[in-house]
Amino acid sequence: MSRFVERHPAWALITIIAIAVALWLVFAVWPPGLEEAIGRKRVFLNAVFNGITLGGLYFLVASGFTLIFGLMRNVNLAHGSLYLFGGYIGYAISTSSGSWILGFIIAFILTAAVGVLLQVIVFRRMEGQDLRQTMVTIGLSIVFADLMLWACGGDFYQIQTPNWLIGPIELPLITAIKSSGEPVYLRYPMVRLVIFIASVIIGVAMWLALNRTRIGMIIRAGVDDRDILAATGVRIQLVFVGVFAFGAGLAGIAGVVGGTFQSLSPGEDIRFLLASLVVVIVGGMGSIPGAALGAVIIGLAEQLGSVYIPTYAIVVTFLIMVLVLAIRPQGLLARR
Amino acid sequence: MSKCSIGLLALSSLFLSGAAIAQEKIKVGVTATLEGTYTVLGEDGMRGHQTALNVLGKKVGDKELEFIVASTDATPDSAVRAVRKLIEQDKVQILLSPLSGDEGIAVKNFAKSHPGLTFINAASGAQETTYVDPAPNFFRYNMDGAQWQIGLGKYAYEEKKYRKIATVGEDYSFIYTQVFGLVLEFCGMGGQVTNRQWVPLGTKDFASVIAALPDDVDAIYLGLGGADAVNFLNQYQQAGGKAHLMGGSIMIDQTILSSKGNAKNALIGTIAASGQADTWEDPGWQKFVKAYQDAFPPNKRFPSPSLLATNYYNSTMALILALRQVNGDLSNNQAKYKEALAKIELDAPNGKIKLDSNRQAIGTNFVTEVVDDGKGALFSKVVKVIPNVNQTLGYDPAVFSKIGLPSRTVPECKKY
Repeated sequence: MSRFVERHPAWALITIIAIAVALWLVFAVWPPGLEEAIGRKRVFLNAVFNGITLGGLYFLVASGFTLIFGLMRNVNLAHGSLYLFGGYIGYAISTSSGSWILGFIIAFILTAAVGVLLQVIVFRRMEGQDLRQTMVTIGLSIVFADLMLWACGGDFYQIQTPNWLIGPIELPLITAIKSSGEPVYLRYPMVRLVIFIASVIIGVAMWLALNRTRIGMIIRAGVDDRDILAATGVRIQLVFVGVFAFGAGLAGIAGVVGGTFQSLSPGEDIRFLLASLVVVIVGGMGSIPGAALGAVIIGLAEQLGSVYIPTYAIVVTFLIMVLVLAIRPQGLLARR
Repeated sequence: MSKCSIGLLALSSLFLSGAAIAQEKIKVGVTATLEGTYTVLGEDGMRGHQTALNVLGKKVGDKELEFIVASTDATPDSAVRAVRKLIEQDKVQILLSPLSGDEGIAVKNFAKSHPGLTFINAASGAQETTYVDPAPNFFRYNMDGAQWQIGLGKYAYEEKKYRKIATVGEDYSFIYTQVFGLVLEFCGMGGQVTNRQWVPLGTKDFASVIAALPDDVDAIYLGLGGADAVNFLNQYQQAGGKAHLMGGSIMIDQTILSSKGNAKNALIGTIAASGQADTWEDPGWQKFVKAYQDAFPPNKRFPSPSLLATNYYNSTMALILALRQVNGDLSNNQAKYKEALAKIELDAPNGKIKLDSNRQAIGTNFVTEVVDDGKGALFSKVVKVIPNVNQTLGYDPAVFSKIGLPSRTVPECKKY
């Protein structure tokens, strides 16, 4: 950190000012002039929170994607199908059993099982052949999409939010002061906050597991040099299967989350594949912190865009991707 | 070589005989939005189409109708692609297409490049389709989005005493047309529309849109449909929204009212206007509802037909009845058939329908209110029936043309 300040004093100053402005925007009561210029604070705060919580969802999808890529150099373009599959499973389980949590568990297990099958049956046969793997996964994603259309139809499904999560809660952030001097606090949907907190916990747990445990060490060693790792006697294929299963399972969980606060329908697979591609391109292929940063940036861009420049909201995401590719093609947090 | 040519000969004779049989049939191409945001609407449209076939049968004189279905996703290019495929590959002679607003405008323009064929609009409701530069071979037996809103603005102003409203709608031609009809009437009465928000078709995350809803208004008008409407309601419930709502014609519709989950309960008491009302007591309507219910098992349909089912039913009915009038005669670029279509008056389940000089429907409109039937199913209850609504909404055509075409900002909120 201090080295960064020494090396790029100008950038450091700009970053600090930007953070200060952002904090002020979130915590201060806006003066009337500002409200007139860019709208009410409630709208701004909501957009920011929505961006961050949407980022949480994107992170769940993209972290599995980037983990698999980092270890196996395998661009799994069927990742979106795993997302949608997990969502449908979550819907089936939560409606039949009435338990939202159980939906998550079973969706995780089943998508992880599909991941294992994919790795064992498909990817092991074409290890190291990037192009072939990519083409095969594109083909698989089309087949999966049609199979799911056949099984579930074109209808849209929505996973029922459990009763204890319905409705808003008040956050200790003042959005406005009434004429009577009474502060108005921000009300925000509880389910989104819970999902965001859960994805932060998953993210932190993943980071800890990668950096503080023996298995994490093996995976990191595998990312750096697979062949040497295999030569030391680690059963690398087993590690591959495990990582693939975990990454796929995360996509399945994300499907349940997406089905809860958005909805599931054919085409969602491609949308989330695209989102996670953009997220990992911005964040850096193979990097978990990169996926987190990329997810938050893309989520914020989408939501702030949809409020302040609705017509061009879709363009903003890709503009960010183009900028990152132009300035830092390896991604914001990629290792060299 | 000789083997090959014999094979070719055999093949070509097969094709020829196939063509000979096809002469006995009249091929009709049908498109519906069976993919994307409006999937549910397309599916129920096809149910309405099937109901009409059950009632009327597929025979026209000694000829048999053959229907070929193609899927679209509510985007104009998907509609043109589907229609082109039906014409060029399947050689259809009549088209029943399309379902959605933007598709309608695109198909109407495409119809001009095939003047010999006949296009019968299935359900699309953008004003521009038949109002601006209409195609002589394009017929629309449903009203447009603005006609479908007639009565709502007045009812909101007079009965509900709403004075200030805001709108949220999908960003495309049909919803522009709906808001056009609403704003014209509501502002004409003296009401104010303070804010019009537009979201892209297929929006998933409405949280920021919901946060940006103004809270100093009497009611919020929702012009959404299909998956968008369900997503909106779900997130509206999660955000604890409590405002009075008003609904467009595909928002307060069985496609939404019978969606899974309890988010739709936010709609109870919502006022809306549409080309139909679920609980109308007219015998013709009740008969149609019965036919629809009998045609499909309860888990494969809605409790009552949606607006899309009704539109597909009516357009299929026009297609077949006019064809019977000319006894299946499609000679001379289908001239006789087109004449019959232009003149036909439909005794449709949702009121009598006839066409104006632009081949646009003049029909009956309904103001409704959403009620719970006590068993958890929601229906639109008829509040007011308005017959003979034409495309210029009762305005003098010269005045109407000055208002401009429906768009994000047109019409202005004032009395014209």
